[in-house]
Amino acid sequence: MIRVGIVGLGKMGLSHLAMFNAHPDVTVAGVCDTSSYVLSVLGKNTGLTTYTDYDTMLEKAKLDAVVICTPSVMHGAQVSAALDRGLHVFCEKPFCLDPAESDALAQRAEKLGLVTQVGYHYRFVGAFEEVRRLLDAGAIGTVTHVLAEAYGPVVLKPKGGTWRSQRTEGGGCLYDYAAHPLNLLTWYFGVPTGVSGSVLGRVFSQETDDEVTSTLHLPGGATASLSVSWSDDSQRKMTTKLTLWGTHGRIFVDRQEVQVYLRDTAEVPPGYEQGWNVRYTTDLTEPVWFYVRGEEYSSQVDAFVQRVVTGTTKGENTFRSAADTDLVIAAIVADAEKAPTPVGGAHPAVRKAPAPPARTGLRRLLPQR
Amino acid sequence: MDQLLFGDNQFFGVNHMSEEKARAQEIKFQDLSAIMGVLDAAFDEGVTTFMCTTHDRVAQIADLVRADPARAAASTFYPCMPYAHKYANAMAEDGMLGAVRRFLPDEGFLDSAMRGGRALARKDVESLITLLVDAEMTMFRGLSTPVIFLQNVVVDLLLGLGFDDAFAIFANHVRKRYDAEPGFITMNLPMLLDALERVGVQNPIVCSSINKLGFRMSGGIAEYERVLKEKTFRPVAMSVLASGAIPPREALEWVCGLPNVESIVFGASSRANIRSTRQIVDELWADRG
Repeated sequence: MIRVGIVGLGKMGLSHLAMFNAHPDVTVAGVCDTSSYVLSVLGKNTGLTTYTDYDTMLEKAKLDAVVICTPSVMHGAQVSAALDRGLHVFCEKPFCLDPAESDALAQRAEKLGLVTQVGYHYRFVGAFEEVRRLLDAGAIGTVTHVLAEAYGPVVLKPKGGTWRSQRTEGGGCLYDYAAHPLNLLTWYFGVPTGVSGSVLGRVFSQETDDEVTSTLHLPGGATASLSVSWSDDSQRKMTTKLTLWGTHGRIFVDRQEVQVYLRDTAEVPPGYEQGWNVRYTTDLTEPVWFYVRGEEYSSQVDAFVQRVVTGTTKGENTFRSAADTDLVIAAIVADAEKAPTPVGGAHPAVRKAPAPPARTGLRRLLPQR
Repeated sequence: MDQLLFGDNQFFGVNHMSEEKARAQEIKFQDLSAIMGVLDAAFDEGVTTFMCTTHDRVAQIADLVRADPARAAASTFYPCMPYAHKYANAMAEDGMLGAVRRFLPDEGFLDSAMRGGRALARKDVESLITLLVDAEMTMFRGLSTPVIFLQNVVVDLLLGLGFDDAFAIFANHVRKRYDAEPGFITMNLPMLLDALERVGVQNPIVCSSINKLGFRMSGGIAEYERVLKEKTFRPVAMSVLASGAIPPREALEWVCGLPNVESIVFGASSRANIRSTRQIVDELWADRG
């Protein structure tokens, strides 16, 4: 049994609490939040020990590990305090807003030999894992281009009342949404050598971004186009998808399925054939001990618990790997400050819009718009 | 409960296998008349129970059914609450308390409950749960709702948190206020049955994924087979086809062969699929009469 404390009981924190609490190898020895209402409801109805102060929880709860689900701006200090006490740490994404802080924390944890993990759950989705296997096997040859997308309905009107509406707190489409496809890209290809053409666009928000586009220059020469929006309510919930083109084929992947097209030049992996192949989540998903909002969330919790139990510092989504993603995020923020290359020199000629073509036949009788 | 219950995932763009298919369905069923066409077909095929989320579109469906007294008298609704995305999106915008406040019929309740101290008393939590249930039930006023389900997102969250009492509060309220049987949807059947037993919810209706693949059956197929055989509860099987990964006849043969399964909830977008599902189940469960 390992003793775990959880800080930050928002949307992620509560579902993490449910999963850790249901894990057969875990005792949740303390939960911490600033909302006394949430704490009082939990304390009275679940028997969990509650704390309003994080340091008090670390001091009194005799923890082996801590789970940090607060806004990213708070991660640095809270992770640091946990490392001071020699605790293993699971931290929500993105890791830190300042990549220098991410790097320093990763170094300290490595030196201390502690287990670390950051909540990039897409690496535990069966379909994205399958793509990793396909890429490792060179199934589509040399990858030349990737389209990395994420869309969903988070900010749909100008006013927002939570930390998510403040970039300084770690809110915004870049930190909240784009971090996921960026993390998958670094998983598949390593840290990009550069970024260009980045735009942090606004749709509704006043103090952060709602849309992110960028070009990532990947090691090996491929490029990735990033297109992300959290103001898209044509999506019922967040969807993340990647399309990868290679010299021997093409892969499309989202949470539900992998569609692979293999050219006649491809070295076909076992179980696949030339032409189209489709693998569904029902085949790619391993069963979990407890399900609350998707197998991948349960799997990442179980992976962390097993690593703590066995003292395995190596694994998926360590601080080091999350720090790589933070580097890319910071590069996009810096790149977005740059002015675009002007079209047509410094003083682009103003062109008149061409007149619409004259209507012929019966269409000429319709009113002009 | 009928042997077959008609589900609503197909109407709202929920498909666990493909986002493409989900979108195609969402487009197809954007028009309420397309939904009603399928519901009419199900009704004509003798599938008269609609197990549905408390989605805004379902409120429109309920209005239409209510407007036809003969149809209303012959139709049964099994509401499943809450429509989770409504809450999840509200939580992202307004935080947890803001979201709860938004869905309460009486905005003042939360404020007055909190005014006294910095903690919510146990009876306040109980009132909060019952008020939220009542808010979700208004769309079904005047219709037959003999079973009222709590959705898996909430059930499994409460289960994980260890907030077992909430199940009893829900069960008591649904029985008392609506003269209905409480139902629970879960992806963790064995674990939930233990929790319901602990808080004294007897012979509960529990709906869970039950399919030959073991898809979304936390605890594993063997454990599911054991509780189906040994525990006293009224099982409803969902995700029987595992989102289409298993051919219908093979899937239904397996589920209908399990002990004690009382009902199967299924979704379909055409009369032909509704009919063939009904025919297969009629055949497999012929000995049940």
